[in-house]
Amino acid sequence: MGDIRSYTMNFGPQHPAAHGVLRLVLEMEGEVIRRADPHVGLLHRATEKLAESKPYNQSIGYMDRLDYVSMMCNEHGYVLAIEKLLGVTPPRRARYIRVLFDEITRILNHLMWLGAHGLDVGAMTVFLYCFREREDLMDCYEAVSGARMHATYYRPGGVYRDLPAQMPRYEPSPYRSDADLERLNAARQGSLLDFIEEFTERFPACVDEYETLLTDNRIWKQRLVGIGTVTPERALELGFTGPMLRGSGVEWDLRKSQPYEVYDELDFDIPVGSNGDCYDRYLVRVEEMRQSNRIIRQCVEWLRNNPGPVMIDDHKIVPPTREEMKDDMESLIHHFKLFTEGYCVPEGEAYAAVEAPKGEFGCYIVSDGANKPYRLKVRAPGFAHLAAMDEMARGHMLADVVALIGTQDIVFGEIDR
Amino acid sequence: MSDAQNEFVEQLAELFGDRLADCSASLGMVTVEVAPKDVYGVLKELRDHPDMRFEQLSDLCAVDYAAYGQGEWITEQATGSGFSRGVRGNSFARLGLTGVYGVDEISGNTARRFAVVYHLLSVSGNRRLRVRTYCEDDNFPVVDSVVSLWAGANWFEREAFDLYGVIFDGHPDLRRLLTDYGFVGHPFRKDFPLIGNVEVRYNEEKGRVVYEPVSIEPRVLVPRVVREDSRYADPAARENAGNG
Repeated sequence: MGDIRSYTMNFGPQHPAAHGVLRLVLEMEGEVIRRADPHVGLLHRATEKLAESKPYNQSIGYMDRLDYVSMMCNEHGYVLAIEKLLGVTPPRRARYIRVLFDEITRILNHLMWLGAHGLDVGAMTVFLYCFREREDLMDCYEAVSGARMHATYYRPGGVYRDLPAQMPRYEPSPYRSDADLERLNAARQGSLLDFIEEFTERFPACVDEYETLLTDNRIWKQRLVGIGTVTPERALELGFTGPMLRGSGVEWDLRKSQPYEVYDELDFDIPVGSNGDCYDRYLVRVEEMRQSNRIIRQCVEWLRNNPGPVMIDDHKIVPPTREEMKDDMESLIHHFKLFTEGYCVPEGEAYAAVEAPKGEFGCYIVSDGANKPYRLKVRAPGFAHLAAMDEMARGHMLADVVALIGTQDIVFGEIDR
Repeated sequence: MSDAQNEFVEQLAELFGDRLADCSASLGMVTVEVAPKDVYGVLKELRDHPDMRFEQLSDLCAVDYAAYGQGEWITEQATGSGFSRGVRGNSFARLGLTGVYGVDEISGNTARRFAVVYHLLSVSGNRRLRVRTYCEDDNFPVVDSVVSLWAGANWFEREAFDLYGVIFDGHPDLRRLLTDYGFVGHPFRKDFPLIGNVEVRYNEEKGRVVYEPVSIEPRVLVPRVVREDSRYADPAARENAGNG
């Protein structure tokens, strides 16, 4: 034993398993990790400082780029904080649309996580399967906002526009046969809601498929069971939220405990783990996808039966429509003021948190009464998780670090901000 | 303000007495203000007291209040410089420090410049609390570290140190977190320019990356405007609206 020397190893920032730009400095003893020191900030864009120099609405797009695999949930946290400061409540339809897209985002995020986690740990196929379903959800984003990822769809006072009555279809192309075209367009004959409903019908079977590949897979279990165990008390102390906290057995979900929007009217369950290891967190997230699917179905049904406005009618905050703007002097003034100056938010401070796919995404805004936030602090869930990397990795093997990065669902956009 | 919150405010006032400089509820959250010398003790009690039990520190951040309430738009001579007063004023996208009469120097010690804000969450009691402390010395802001209370505070404090230069006394490893290796200054302070001070590029001759003074022009597209809005004259209406 005497000749095992400890040495320092550099992991990343350019490493396919580092999920972006994580640089880990590992102090190793043989293959066992004695200390892990994550160096972050390589993707630091000073989003919070930029937001201080822009009117409120112009920063919504920056929120998409924080956690760039759960875009609309980030917007949601930011928009909720502004709405709190302004004291406005969006119409019910807008709140249902937000919940619908929050849950679509949750599935999007968990599919990305599952695929990447699988790939890191050595399962190739599941990645391809996940991205197949992800594509359909991206199309939902595109149908509603025009962008596949960075939607800027939520606005203070509601959402930018109502759901489209016609799901966009693929067009004929020389690179695609007629049969392919017909197959691709089969689900796109109706509205966006029809498309989403069709998706929710087949999605549970897809989750079963992923589970067949992984849940009882011997290699998968050998890599995850008993790795990165965190006790519930420790998880709370470390600031864990979301699946990381629930995997440790703490039943805490903001959607249930501090419901925002219309979550209190919807029927869904919160999965909780028991051992607090990577495998439990995997099971929690997979079950969350099923529960999200349930929520989406309820939202689709409600949205079908309840047409209505999706924005509040206060033109001090929300711009008037184009037609109004062309017809009406007052609307023209409102339009001009909103787009040259924005709206002033009354003095005060607010913290609004949403249950983003990775955990509690909170926005703390201090306003001094100006048209720009005085201070914006984004509380990113991944930040607290990665901070615990040292503790979780100690005593594990080098290969387990990759499993830990996977289970923490690291995305650098939100950690570095 | 709901009854539960009123009750909570009273409970806090009773428990901490003089140690709270301020205790109020607004926009769905109770905020207490504590002097920096008391902050560790108060937070420890908030964590351990059986009626409080704030098991989690959701967030910790610093705020620089140096330019609070200062716009770039209001002027005494209304159209003396037209629109450009907002975009090419004294602030020049560097400071938010123009005020009504020109540049307000950051000078002297206000003891109100840097604040550290803690957002606590009690999972068992299902409530949140905001604790704020103003650092006593603007030139050398120091607060006791709470890493020993919540291990999760470690990186939050490192971040606040990095971005605002607030020193956390007792922190086990107070290094910069987000900025570059060898970075100078604390970028989120209000007197740090938005465009930064240096830029990097690869120098062909030297065969390495070099730092140079920043070459881009600062600009303001929308001036910062502070307006009195009569719609918000009644704060109660705002309290009762809201969503979640």
